[in-house]
Amino acid sequence: MSNAFQPVVAGSACATDAPAPATPRNVPLAGGDANPSAAALQRQFGDAVAGTSVVRGETNVVVANARLLDVVRWLHDDPSQRYEYLSDVTAVEFRDPEQPIEVVWHLRSLAYRQFLRLKVELPRGAELTVPSIWTVYASADWMERECYDMFGITFAGHPDLRRILMWEDYREGFPLRKDFPLRGRFSRSEQLRQALAANPEARYSMEELSVADAFADLPTEMRRRLRAGEKAGE
Amino acid sequence: MPTTKRTVEVDLSTSGLDAQGRPVRVPLVTDDRGNVVPMEAPDALEPDLAGEHMLINIGPQHPATHGVLRLVLELDGETVVRCVPHIGYLHCGFEKIGEYRTYNQIIPWTDREDYLNSPGNNVAFALGAERLFGIEITERCKVLRVIAMELSRVMSHLVWWGTTCIDIGAFTPFLWLFEERERIYELFDMWIGARLTTSLTRVGGMGADIPDGWMDKLTGFVRSFPKTIDEAERMLSKNAVWVGRTIGLGVMSADEALNYGLSGPMLRASGVAYDVRRDFPYLDYETYDFDVPVGTSGDVYDRYLVRVEELRQSVRILEQAIRRLPDGPVNVDDHRVVLPPKHKATSDMESMIHHFKQVMEGPRPPIGECYVAVESPKGEKGYYMVSDGTPKPVRWRIRPPSFVNLSAIPKMVEGHLLSDVIAINASIDIVMGEIDR
Repeated sequence: MSNAFQPVVAGSACATDAPAPATPRNVPLAGGDANPSAAALQRQFGDAVAGTSVVRGETNVVVANARLLDVVRWLHDDPSQRYEYLSDVTAVEFRDPEQPIEVVWHLRSLAYRQFLRLKVELPRGAELTVPSIWTVYASADWMERECYDMFGITFAGHPDLRRILMWEDYREGFPLRKDFPLRGRFSRSEQLRQALAANPEARYSMEELSVADAFADLPTEMRRRLRAGEKAGE
Repeated sequence: MPTTKRTVEVDLSTSGLDAQGRPVRVPLVTDDRGNVVPMEAPDALEPDLAGEHMLINIGPQHPATHGVLRLVLELDGETVVRCVPHIGYLHCGFEKIGEYRTYNQIIPWTDREDYLNSPGNNVAFALGAERLFGIEITERCKVLRVIAMELSRVMSHLVWWGTTCIDIGAFTPFLWLFEERERIYELFDMWIGARLTTSLTRVGGMGADIPDGWMDKLTGFVRSFPKTIDEAERMLSKNAVWVGRTIGLGVMSADEALNYGLSGPMLRASGVAYDVRRDFPYLDYETYDFDVPVGTSGDVYDRYLVRVEELRQSVRILEQAIRRLPDGPVNVDDHRVVLPPKHKATSDMESMIHHFKQVMEGPRPPIGECYVAVESPKGEKGYYMVSDGTPKPVRWRIRPPSFVNLSAIPKMVEGHLLSDVIAINASIDIVMGEIDR
């Protein structure tokens, strides 16, 4: 059995002997101590950092789209930063149609107990493309897929950017965009009809079906449909 | 002519193994002299299956996938070569709906996302909304929320433990553990009137203070519960079947676990002592005395040990919280965010206006954003909220720990046997309600 197992430690992931953190109290709306990484980023990347701010105790850094991957890689690799944990990738679309869409990355440095929010602003009318950080964080895989699925933001360099929560041939658009109605684009009866007409067998991707000659074992009818390019529910 | 049934007598004492110790693959029959011999098989070559891969579909309607998870596995014999997970069967668009609801109206939705941890989600959401509003909650509320969070962790871990027992083939501990879980549900039933979908918190306080006699019941639970942990652990920790089916499966090294974004017991089993309660504390967790269990090998067995130890630590935190629960108000004294008492709303003009404004419009936070993470039983659960000054959030993002943990399943199952996929999947402790949202 696992003799080496040490079930209990009283420590934490922090590598330095910094004082124990405390629950934040009376966090101001703006201002306060900025994360030192923001200033370091400005020194390191100069113009690529479009602005920094502190909102509710959390440091926002707005980064130029073209340099994002460099910034993230530096934050991950540099021994003075060590942002080894990617908490979240998401996007924000504001109700004001003039405001740009923001893509947001939440990074954590466990070794230095820091939290940093990176943002890239995508102006309206421009192409919704940001670099994928999958090469730095494997966890970005599904989070970027979800962000693409919900907002239609393309993560350039992602190895397998396809829908994840909605089905692959969902064509109504991107549900979390503000121009998408809450109830969907079709009537309830039409949505029900589509769901009932869906053919769940056909929901293997062609890549999966090509595995291991499984394609040859499928029923003739299904093979014919898949050859004709049919996917689910049409 | 009556047909007579002919039976072949087989010596039951044969081991079924040949001289090399391999299982005999042909049926045994009795020959003329009464000896048990393998039946003579015709000379047919077995098909050469080496290199032939098979496609196996598990789920979405399969009890061992813990919900509507679908895994498409490419198998070489019984070994998994590739795993492609498909999710989204339970997608309800919680985040979209949240953009059309005021903050207090979102709280019932948080019940339904990670439905084994409803009180914990309620507390986490309320903490996020309070950060956004700039509210400091009362001391009594903090301690009550700690109690709710730890009870909720115990509840969720018990479901994980029980269902994993079933997956791996142990039935008895399942019943013992679910009995304890039932006692926690009764506690929440007494407190807030609901068992599963608690909606325990409000922005700025709680939905209700604890009723009379509740603390005694909780104390009784805290006293007797560790005995059940010991009993169930005694059934499993040194059980040959349990150990054989968990050790060395789905190993993630510390670096891999960090890079794949694992959190909670999954990450700690791999040796990274990251616990949000310890590293980014909330609700004064830094003042409680508890340990963060950490594994060494990052396999299914270590995840099990870490979760069991977390149950014990939760009991420790509960004991401390029971001792320190102060008297005083539960809700903040600000009727712009917390509803005034009903009798005042019907007798006092100002209270009535507050009541009306809150019910009809909802409280308005200032323009801003915040990301508040808590240590849910599954890992780092974060709520990212963006406000544009209206009563409804522009964006309410759930950072689902199970979603990120599950994204590592292809990495974990590849090279293992098909039957081990079930054990590895169970060790992730997924809740599809949270993954699909």
